[in-house]
Amino acid sequence: MNPVPLVAVAGNPNAGKSALFNALTGARQKVGNYPGVTVERHVGKAVLPDGSPVELVDLPGAYGLDPSSPDERVTRDVLLGKQKGERLPQALLIVVDASNLDNHLRFTLQLIGLGLPTVVALNMVDLAKRDGLELDARRLEQELGVPVVETVAVRKRGIAEVMERLGGLLLEPRKLRAGEGPTHDLLQLQRKAREIAMNAILRETPVRRITHQLDGVLLHPVAGPIILAAVMFLMFQAVFSWSVVPADALQAATLSVGNWVGNALADSWLRSLIVDGIFAGVGAVIVFLPQILILFLFILVLESTGYMVRAAFIMDRLMSHAGLSGRAFIPLLSSFACAVPGIMATRTIDDEKDRLTTILVAPLMTCSARLPVYTLIIGAFIPAITVGPGIGLQGLILFGLYISGIASALLASLVLSRTVVKGGDGHFMMELPKYQLPRLADVAIGLWQRAMIFLKRAGTIILATTIILWALASFPQAGPGEKQSDVSIAGHIADGIHAVVAPIGFNKDISMALLPAMAAREVAVAAIGTVYSLDSTSDQGAQTLQQRLTGRWSLATALAFLAWFVFAPQCISTIAVTRRETNGWRWPLFMVSYLFVLAYVAAGATYWTAVAFGLG
Amino acid sequence: MTGPIIPLDQLKLGTRARITAIDWAALGESEACRLRHFGFDEGVSIQPLHLGPFGRDPLAVRVGRMTVAIRKAQARAVKVAAEAA
Repeated sequence: MNPVPLVAVAGNPNAGKSALFNALTGARQKVGNYPGVTVERHVGKAVLPDGSPVELVDLPGAYGLDPSSPDERVTRDVLLGKQKGERLPQALLIVVDASNLDNHLRFTLQLIGLGLPTVVALNMVDLAKRDGLELDARRLEQELGVPVVETVAVRKRGIAEVMERLGGLLLEPRKLRAGEGPTHDLLQLQRKAREIAMNAILRETPVRRITHQLDGVLLHPVAGPIILAAVMFLMFQAVFSWSVVPADALQAATLSVGNWVGNALADSWLRSLIVDGIFAGVGAVIVFLPQILILFLFILVLESTGYMVRAAFIMDRLMSHAGLSGRAFIPLLSSFACAVPGIMATRTIDDEKDRLTTILVAPLMTCSARLPVYTLIIGAFIPAITVGPGIGLQGLILFGLYISGIASALLASLVLSRTVVKGGDGHFMMELPKYQLPRLADVAIGLWQRAMIFLKRAGTIILATTIILWALASFPQAGPGEKQSDVSIAGHIADGIHAVVAPIGFNKDISMALLPAMAAREVAVAAIGTVYSLDSTSDQGAQTLQQRLTGRWSLATALAFLAWFVFAPQCISTIAVTRRETNGWRWPLFMVSYLFVLAYVAAGATYWTAVAFGLG
Repeated sequence: MTGPIIPLDQLKLGTRARITAIDWAALGESEACRLRHFGFDEGVSIQPLHLGPFGRDPLAVRVGRMTVAIRKAQARAVKVAAEAA
C-alpha cells in the first residue's frame, strides 16, 4: 500500500504560511523534531474533496533554496528529498503574501523550478486590498504556469479551492514538468519576479499603511523604548500574579493525589517511591506550567502581531555590546520567569552561534525558582531595616542579586561570544512584518504545543532523575538509631560534597540540600527544611525554619549561599532543555561546568570577604 | 533629477531613493545572501524609516515592498541616490 500522499507547504517567512497550514489541518497536527537538528517538524492531516486522506508538512519559512539558517536548510533538504526523517513530497503548496509579490515570487520561481506539482496560494489578499493593491490572479497563473488560488487563511477563504486543486494534482499520474532545476542566480530570479509582479498588479493606490503609522509610534526614539518597557512590565506582572492561583491549585492537586495514593498503598519502598519520589519531584516541576504558559501566551501574541521583531530592533544596539543581537532580548527576558521557556524561545534566533551563546547565559537570569531560596535566606539573615528613604536593606540585597545575575549574563556572553562560541555573524538583518491582529486559534494551537513539549519532558527525563535522586536518598535504609540522611548513598555523597564546599563556608546541612536541589533550586528550601525538622527536638518544634537557620549558619555562610545560587545551574529541566535544543550533551555539560565554577568562586569570594569583615 | 550617490546609512530618514550600486565584496557571505533575499538590487526603491533608539543603530528601511532592519555597518555597503521630491 502506498503511504498517504505528502504535500509540502512552503513560502517566505511572514507569508501567513502557518495560519494557512492551521486552516487546512485544524487541530489534526503533530509537532516533532527533524532528526539531528533543532528544527520543529509540523505535520497535519487533511481530507481531499474525493474523501482520500493527505498529509501536509509545514516547512520552516525560507527566503530561498540557498540556506542561511538551520531552518532554511531543512526546507531545502525536504524539497530535494534529502532530509532524514521525511519522504519526498508529492506536491507543493507555495504560500505568497499578496502585498509582497516582488519578493515572494523570487522564492516561488525557484520552487516551481523544482518540477513538483504545485499550487500557489495568493494569501492575505484582503490586506493587500487594504493597502490599495489590486491583483490579477489569472494573469499570475499564466505567468507562473501553475494554479493560483486567492486565500485569506485567517478567514478560511479559499481553503476549499486549495484542497480541490491539490486533489486534482495528486490524482493525475505524477508528471514532472521539464524541470530546468532550481536556479541559484538570485539577481536574475529577483528581476523576473519583479517583472511578473508588475504585470499582475492591476491598480495601486497609495494609502497610508497602518503598519507605517504604528511604527511611527512603536519605533519612535523616545516613545518606543517606553512602550517596550511597559509591555515587558505587564508581561512580568502577568507571569507572577496570574500564575499564583493555577500554580497553587496544581500543587494542591498533586499533593492530594499523592496523599490519596499514599494512603491507599501499604507502607513500603514502593509507596515511598511514588509519594516522596514521583509526586514530590514531578509535582515540583509541574507547578511551573502556569508560568510557562502565561509567558508563552505573551511570546506568541508578541510574535504573531509583529511586535517581537520591533522589540529586537529597539534592543539590538544594547545587546550588541554584549556580543549578542536584538533577537536574544526576549529569550533572555523570559528567562527571568524560567530559563526553560527562555531557552525554547531562542529558536527565533537564526544565527546558530548567537543562539548558542544566548542558551548558555540564559540560566544566569534570576528565574522565579530562585525566589523561594532568596526570600528564605534574606528573611532569616538580613535585618528588615531601611538604609535610605524608602529603601529597605532586604529589598536592596534582592535587587543586588538580580543585578548580579544580569551583569554576569552580559559579561559571560561577551566572553563566550569571543572564545568558545566565536564566529557569530555579528549582524542583525530582519524583516519587519506587517502588524496583524493575533488569531485566537493560532495562539491556542501554539500554546497547546508548548504545554505538551514541557509535559513530555516532565514525564520523561525529569521523572527519571527524580526517581534516581529518591533512590539515592532512600537506600540503604537506616537501621534503628541511625539517621536516614547519614546512611543513605545521598548521605555519603553529601559527605563528599561537603569536603569540596567546606572551604567556601558551606556546612553539612547545605551539602545535604545541594544534591536534591539539582532537581530544581527551590527544592533546596524543602530539603533544608527536612534536614532540620528531622533533627529537631520537641521544644524547637515551634520555631520557624528561618529561626532555626539563624541559630546554625553564620552570616558569612548565608551570604555565600546566596552568591552560590546566583550562578549554580541547579535545575534538571534547564539542563534537559539545553540538551534538547543543542542536540547533545556537549553544550549542557559545558554550561553546567562553567556555571558551577562561577558559583564556587562567587560563593568563596563572598564567604572570605564576609569573614574578613568579622561576619564569620 | 537625482541627488549625489551616498551610502545608505547617510541618507536622511524619510528620503526616497534608489539603489545605484551594492558593494557585495564589503559584505560577508551570509550578509550578502540575506540582502539579496530581501530584494536589494540596483534600481530598487529604498527609503530609510527608523533608527534604533540607542546609538542610532540599527536602521529600518523600506526596500521595494518590504521593511527590513539592518545594522549601519551593512547599510554602508549600499550606495543610493535620492530621488527628486
